[in-house]
Amino acid sequence: MSAISAPYKVPKRRHPAIAFVVHQPLGAFGLAVIAIMLAAALAANWISPYDPLAVDYGAMLGPPSQAHWLGTDSYGRDVLSRVIHGARTALAVGFLSSLTGSTAGALIGVASAYFGGKTDLLVQRLMDVVLSFPIIVLALAMAAILGKSIHWGIDFNLVIAIATPMVPNVARVVRSSGLAIRELPYIDAARTAGFSHARIILRHIVPNVTAPFLIMLTAFVGQAILLEASLSFLGLGVTEPTPSWGLMLTGAAADFYQQAPWMIVFPGIAISLAVFAFNLFGDSLRDWLDPKLKV
Amino acid sequence: MFRYIGQRLLLTVPTLLGVALLAFFMLRLMPGDVVEVMFMGQGSNVPADIIQQEKARLGLDQPITVQFGRWMAGILQGDFGVSMWTGRPISYEIGIRLELSIEVAILSTMLALLIALPLGTLSALFKDTWIDQTIRVVSIAGLAVPSFWLGMIIILSLLSFFHWNPPLTFTPIYQDWKANLSQLIWPALAVGYRYSAVVTRMMRSTLIEVLQEDYVRTARAKGVPERLVVVRHAMKNAMLPVITVTGLEFAFLVGGLVVTEQVFNLNGIGKLFVDSVARADNTMLQSLVLLVSVFYILVNLAVDLLYGLLDPRIRYR
Repeated sequence: MSAISAPYKVPKRRHPAIAFVVHQPLGAFGLAVIAIMLAAALAANWISPYDPLAVDYGAMLGPPSQAHWLGTDSYGRDVLSRVIHGARTALAVGFLSSLTGSTAGALIGVASAYFGGKTDLLVQRLMDVVLSFPIIVLALAMAAILGKSIHWGIDFNLVIAIATPMVPNVARVVRSSGLAIRELPYIDAARTAGFSHARIILRHIVPNVTAPFLIMLTAFVGQAILLEASLSFLGLGVTEPTPSWGLMLTGAAADFYQQAPWMIVFPGIAISLAVFAFNLFGDSLRDWLDPKLKV
Repeated sequence: MFRYIGQRLLLTVPTLLGVALLAFFMLRLMPGDVVEVMFMGQGSNVPADIIQQEKARLGLDQPITVQFGRWMAGILQGDFGVSMWTGRPISYEIGIRLELSIEVAILSTMLALLIALPLGTLSALFKDTWIDQTIRVVSIAGLAVPSFWLGMIIILSLLSFFHWNPPLTFTPIYQDWKANLSQLIWPALAVGYRYSAVVTRMMRSTLIEVLQEDYVRTARAKGVPERLVVVRHAMKNAMLPVITVTGLEFAFLVGGLVVTEQVFNLNGIGKLFVDSVARADNTMLQSLVLLVSVFYILVNLAVDLLYGLLDPRIRYR
């Protein structure tokens, strides 16, 4: 009597999105928070109870109440509405800066790896110079130098200022991935086929460094939101009257610590929560796509 | 060893020259200059010849390359020049503020290590249990909470629970260590949380890696008590990356202090930097940037030398 072996069961293949949620619950939580914030930012005009800029001197420094859930600031503006509209600024500036910085860094890294030799050496030394500035010092200096250039409600020079310190970090990681790919036979094949450098870089190398690129991109959105808040707090980022979380913590908020703590508590929670969500998601994405990558 | 240090220091010269060039010329691109800021308070009716006079006094009328040459020549003689704003020597302005910033930096490093080493070790030893998950969430949160906001919340709680207001003047530690520590421990805590999060994460990931090494298995197989396996075999080997990240964070702490000093009203290097940006005090800014880079490079070198001390496999010749 031979035991009848159980029929071979094909392992169930989950949709990658479901598999991510199952294996990375913390990351999925982060993603959910990001989705909620994004929705709130997009629908800010419809869901916020008041106009974030509407001044109401009758309701100055009001504590959280039925009419104003998170209280009002020193101009009587509704804190909840300002926090919701602040999500717009934070997410837009955060995402655009991270995209700009990561893309520039990835292109520099790939080109540096592909051309090698003197180009590589020169680019790497230049990156070393940029890396020896503390991030906030560099962003501060860039913001002061570039001034403002506001289109569609977003200060694009601020985006560049926040993106700059990220470039060398991304360039280094992507370069090391690129160096390994450069040695693979299909790159030689592409070269033998006479393709141009640009084509080899963009069509053959870039698609293969998307994993580190995506990981760096998400990891830096949180950083960018934090930097935007710090710069706005120092008065070199977003300026009044645009609602920005960092900006809400400066000026009057600091003078009314005791009378109106809600003015500083809620914007800070919003910053922390947003950065926390992006960090959780970025971490899990790294574990998921490329656990060995050191960011 | 000394030859190695000499070589390393020599190699930093081109990097520092790059930093100096970049800082100098980038700052000159900044719109507005110190003279404009100085006369801003006096309305717009300042005669043009007075502005010219002032510019000539500060050397701003010279070609930009001449200005750079002067700065470099000064540095080679150990002279950083004078602040365009206060007119006092830059070395003096930095000197009176350095003590405070360095002390906060050291305090927050101590706090961070005190929190991070046990937490990181626990997290690695109990990997994937609720202990690990909690510590991971706490440390990811540490990277998310802005240190200046944490500072505000600390001040707020001190105010509402103890009616204690941070003092406005700085007391050096050798005058009254109690007053000094009770003032500086709070900013150190605000910065230290983020710092400890960075170190905790590094400690966890390296310790997990090291615990899978062959020599750890060997130690266990020959019956070394688990406590000693962790402390003597694993933790000792996990220290190198932890020291690197601690050193790097320490070198960049000046950056973290830029915003936090503002909150606690501390007159340190960070506040000097922000004030100088507002005043377009270029000579001060370029020297500050150079100083921070020199510090960063020196800390890097010190970390590398520490490697040789901790790991007998690494020898410098």
